[in-house]
Amino acid sequence: MALNTLEFECKSAAVSVAVAKPVHFGVVGSGDLEVMMSPAETGGAVKVKIVTPVTGFDDLWRRVLGAFVENAKLGNVSIEINDNNATPAVVTLRLRQTLAEAAA
Amino acid sequence: MKTQKKWDNLATDTAERMASASRFIGNGKRVEPKDIVGLLEAVIRPGDRVNIEGNNQKQADFLAESLLKVDKSKVHDLHMVQSAVPLAAHLDLFEAGIAKKLDFAFGGPQAGRVAKFIKEGKLELGAIHTYLELFGRYFLDLTPKVSLICAFEADREGNLYTGFNTEDTPVIVEATKFRQGIVIAQVNKIVDKLPRIDIPAGWIDAVVESPRPFFVEPLFTRDPALITENQILLAMLSLKGIYAEYNVSSMNHGIGFLTSAIELMLPTYGEELGLKGKCCTHMILNPHPTMIPAIEEGWVDTIHCFGGELGMEKYVAARPDVFFIGPDGTLRSNRAYAQTAGHYAIDMFIGGTLQIDPWGNSSTATANRVAGFGGAPNMGCDAKGRRHSTPAWLKCGEELPCMEDQIGKMPRGKRLVVQGVETFGEGREPTFVAELDAWALAKNAGIALPPVMIYGDDVTHIVTEEGIAYLSRCKDMDTRMAAIQAVAGYTEIGLKAKPETTRRLRDAKIVQTPEDLGVDRDRATRDLLAAKNMRELVNWSGGLYEPPARFRNW
Repeated sequence: MALNTLEFECKSAAVSVAVAKPVHFGVVGSGDLEVMMSPAETGGAVKVKIVTPVTGFDDLWRRVLGAFVENAKLGNVSIEINDNNATPAVVTLRLRQTLAEAAA
Repeated sequence: MKTQKKWDNLATDTAERMASASRFIGNGKRVEPKDIVGLLEAVIRPGDRVNIEGNNQKQADFLAESLLKVDKSKVHDLHMVQSAVPLAAHLDLFEAGIAKKLDFAFGGPQAGRVAKFIKEGKLELGAIHTYLELFGRYFLDLTPKVSLICAFEADREGNLYTGFNTEDTPVIVEATKFRQGIVIAQVNKIVDKLPRIDIPAGWIDAVVESPRPFFVEPLFTRDPALITENQILLAMLSLKGIYAEYNVSSMNHGIGFLTSAIELMLPTYGEELGLKGKCCTHMILNPHPTMIPAIEEGWVDTIHCFGGELGMEKYVAARPDVFFIGPDGTLRSNRAYAQTAGHYAIDMFIGGTLQIDPWGNSSTATANRVAGFGGAPNMGCDAKGRRHSTPAWLKCGEELPCMEDQIGKMPRGKRLVVQGVETFGEGREPTFVAELDAWALAKNAGIALPPVMIYGDDVTHIVTEEGIAYLSRCKDMDTRMAAIQAVAGYTEIGLKAKPETTRRLRDAKIVQTPEDLGVDRDRATRDLLAAKNMRELVNWSGGLYEPPARFRNW
């Protein structure tokens, strides 16, 4: 299975949330994904790296991650995702859960 | 002098056919399996309307395969009128030229071949129906001349026991026999005494003991282990935002993991919402294994079944206060009656779909598959002939802002029709689309109408992970489209949503997010499922539920 890597940055208009320590959540099952979040010196931005078996969804990834970062007011974080065909609903759910884990 | 007109041509024709078949038929109407092809060649004539019994559950598979072996010079150009065509043999008949025209309701696994054969000119499509609609036409203009049916057992006289999987048999036999047609039954076993007689011998012309039991698909069995957290979130939204909001007491649950999740959450989240005794008391439903915990906890008063579900025989028989059980102690399912109740008597239909368009029309058709409808459209619509009222039906009707444009000040209720979908389906295919694939299918297969499962004016609620769109509360098409956009997530349709419009719709309770409804997303975990796997369902049933081998991993 050839994997594709997608890297981009998004930025919340009002950054107020960061993660204090690296955190890992989820499993790369079918239709699922794993997320790693760690603190990063990015001048407020969120650095995203996605490894996925499918191509053609770059805009969708940007929208989902952009909305998550905006709603969570998240900044200075690096997010790595290993994806196995998760839907946007699952991606958003796992991102929320990862952030909750990081805050715990 | 007035000429004598002959009024019994149908019966005379049948008598002639049966006379030529008599050498194959022994005592008790019995036919040996080796003679079945000869019998079919004797009783079926070119161009006949023929029914092969089968739906999404049981199949007269031996008779279907036998029909494929007839001499094509004797039997050809048949007009098949039957509920479903899920077996390879059903379509092989068209490939071989034995059959020519098809009127049906459900395609199942052969849906791709139906579309291909139409395009290649091998199959002439009459129409795609709902079950009730097709059953209706059996008594009008599509009466079968010969029906090939299936039953569990026959006795030495030819009486039939259809039992747990009665399903379509009574309606097919009645239509065929009372128009002087011919009914041939395959049975798993011929016995001395039947548990009960479901079809009298006088309505049957020939019985063959099939070399193997008829095939039954456990179509409605869902393994709780496969239910996802998003499906649980959708189930929470449905229970709180619809079941509790409207006090829905009677319903049909469509096939799928969302409704399985709801069933498994009645004893947990449903109990917490105080819905026991108010919601889900009366259901038109196959014996879904995922209903076991709610039944055991005393939620359900009555369930009537379209068909049986493999492995649920003993459990159902042991709960005669809930299910429809014969004097012999076993279930009698009946698709025609269950569909009638599903059309007229229930307050709500809830199910999933593959695609929803910007106006709320939904379809399970894809560009190259003639999937058919089955029974969903009869339950997923407002029954215009309904005249009795219930609180849920009245409340939904009261909400309709456009009712007055049609019937003035006259009060009237409305069926709740709920589509529960994730905004993106398998393979990240968007559920919300600008144009249904049904249009492409209609063009590809030369069908007059795009096959729509549920029309937008019948859908009252759409539930997604973004929230609920209360379409019953929309005063016009612009509002309806905006409400759909508001729950369509990151799809192209969802991106059209304007934040200020969505805000207004939320304030008006036309759109409600999980937060608006007080549904805590963090609680959407598998802890809410009363049974988390097949083994726990078996335990809930006290060992009465016997899952098919493919669902057992212990």
